[in-house]
Amino acid sequence: MSFDVLPWLHGYGGLLLTGLWRTIFIAVLGYALGLLLGLGLALLRSGSNRIVARVVKLYSGLLRALPELIVIMLLYYICGDAISWLLSHLGLGQIEIDGTWAAIIVLGLATSAYATEIFGAAIRAVPSGALEAAANLGMSRALCFRRITFPLMLPMALPGLANLWLMVVKGTSLVSVVGVMELALAAEQGAGATKEYFAFYLTAAALYLTLALITLKVFKQFELQMRRGQVRL
Amino acid sequence: MSGNWLAEFAPQLLEGLGITLLIFVVSVGFGFLLSIPLALAQIRGNWMLANLARGFCFSFRATPLLMQLFLFYYGLGALLANSPTLREMSPWLMRLDAFWYVLIAFTFNFACHEAEVLRGALLAVPHGEIEAGESFGLSRLQILRRLWLPSAVLRAYPVFASDVIALLKSTPIAFVVPVVDLMAVTRNVMQNRLLIYEPLLLAGVTYLVISFFVLRLFAVIGTRMPKGWLV
Amino acid sequence: MRKILKSIVLVAALISPTTAWADIRFGVAAEPYPPFTSKDASGKWVGWEVDFMNALCAKLSEKCTIVEVAWDGMIPALDAKKFDVVLASMSITDKRKAVIDFSSTYYNSSAQLLGAAGAASYKSPADLNGKRVGVQSASIYQAYAQKYFTPAGIEIKTYGKEDDALADLAAGRIDYVLGEALALDAMLNSPVGSCCKVAGTVTPDASIFGIGVGLGLRKGDGDLQQRLNGAIKSIVTSGELAAITQRNHLTGKIVLPDAQ
Repeated sequence: MSFDVLPWLHGYGGLLLTGLWRTIFIAVLGYALGLLLGLGLALLRSGSNRIVARVVKLYSGLLRALPELIVIMLLYYICGDAISWLLSHLGLGQIEIDGTWAAIIVLGLATSAYATEIFGAAIRAVPSGALEAAANLGMSRALCFRRITFPLMLPMALPGLANLWLMVVKGTSLVSVVGVMELALAAEQGAGATKEYFAFYLTAAALYLTLALITLKVFKQFELQMRRGQVRL
Repeated sequence: MSGNWLAEFAPQLLEGLGITLLIFVVSVGFGFLLSIPLALAQIRGNWMLANLARGFCFSFRATPLLMQLFLFYYGLGALLANSPTLREMSPWLMRLDAFWYVLIAFTFNFACHEAEVLRGALLAVPHGEIEAGESFGLSRLQILRRLWLPSAVLRAYPVFASDVIALLKSTPIAFVVPVVDLMAVTRNVMQNRLLIYEPLLLAGVTYLVISFFVLRLFAVIGTRMPKGWLV
Repeated sequence: MRKILKSIVLVAALISPTTAWADIRFGVAAEPYPPFTSKDASGKWVGWEVDFMNALCAKLSEKCTIVEVAWDGMIPALDAKKFDVVLASMSITDKRKAVIDFSSTYYNSSAQLLGAAGAASYKSPADLNGKRVGVQSASIYQAYAQKYFTPAGIEIKTYGKEDDALADLAAGRIDYVLGEALALDAMLNSPVGSCCKVAGTVTPDASIFGIGVGLGLRKGDGDLQQRLNGAIKSIVTSGELAAITQRNHLTGKIVLPDAQ
């Protein structure tokens, strides 16, 4: 860096910003993965197959009941082992997947457990009258989901999803424990090199805070947009 | 897969478990007490007090607990190292064990989360109940203590229970500061014996068992709560 | 199915920041350990060990990449093939040799006790009675402290990184730090170093401290081990290792293997 970003960090400003970018990268991808998985699992759970519903409930319950740190550590090592095993058995050789991607998968899996609950509750809250009307009109299951269930469910799920996003961002700091590069680890490294612990950790905390403020604003706007036309709560 | 690590580390694990439980119980207790003024400040306080409480709580809810622990413990340590005047003013501050820092961080965290919940619950109490109290001539404090707060706590009870479990699940992070809690001992076992899964699974199961008991406790207390209050 | 899977993995591997294909990956502890490994302001890994790695790779005509992993996850990560060689000032001890292989040793250093500026000099564990000593967890220093200090009634505090222990020493929270002489010296030379001084050295115990620091390798990776040993011997004999030590201002502070 030719200019000194965040000059009180003795030149390490660039490192922190890189860490911030990595945090956002991991959080966004992990969150997206978690939402996709969670939505799919929620649909499976509200579906007709009782055994599948039970399995999904067990998966969701287990991942939510264990401490996040332990889940992250377990999944990180299991993921690493599983991917190596998978790759070697498929004969794909030495291709290694970076720790960052393992972190994304881990966060996605952990998030999906919560997302399943949030989506499940929102789906159940969709007025059954609307669903009956759709069935009467002869809509297929897929069309009904796309046109009726999903748009009605989304605004109800949004507050929980916003909270979940905050959880994911905070969860990225936990992956620093397994050595994945993100903002918390960057702050540790910078602080360790310069011994300016207070400056680095305060700046990192401020960066997290700013990220939260901006993204929550975005969520609020999105919720207002989705709720247009609906009765104001 | 050396199974005898359990026998060797059992006393340390039990001690770590004790520390974890202590952190958990104290944080929940004091955090709940602290959440009451924080919630009230946001509802009834004047403009400055309300915003102060909101800002305080948002900061704690929006930043990772890991960062808070680092900031409190090592950040303060760096300030102590850099200014001899600070050290002279408060020698006890230096000797303060990391345990207290962990307690403070967890207490504030829980207080801020519960303040949010309590705020919603306090606002959800039908105004008629408060008015009834006023018409009986009860003082503000009496209304709060006898009508408003209990009603709000009853409404918030299920969320409160799940937040308590959430706090339990975040206690493992305490190991990043030199506190010998269950997670710290688990990591010690992992490093000493070069094992990964066994100690982690044991720790995970332990936390599951504790949360099971806590949930049972909340369920039992829940059945004894007067339900007729909730309209 | 297999084709789709393969292309997905390939794409993921291409997008991801680091991929490995027949070059040697060195695992470095994510927590900085100056002067051996630390990050400069641009985020690049620098230090004595990084220079050492570059010299080895030049000798082997291989491309080398650095992978960061948490210190206490080093050996599991090595087993999981996240990297091929451990480059983290890892002491060669019997306990570790049961699980991984080591290259020949590439430096040795003494254990040192660092204390506050006004601390008493250290002669034996009894001198530290009632004091607090900080050590890095999962290190030979923790093992030493547990074996010799705990029976003498000294309180041991373990930290994830040696840096944190030094930070607490500077803050006055602990009275001494037991660690690797060089890392402690690096702290004395840093801006907060005026707080502390060397209090003494501890009686060495070869069974705990081992014979020196070596590169960690997976068991059965004999081919790589032989090549690395050859490269180490060659840069020792040619004086290149001494030159690296000189460049990093460490001459006389660490013990290099004998040139044979």
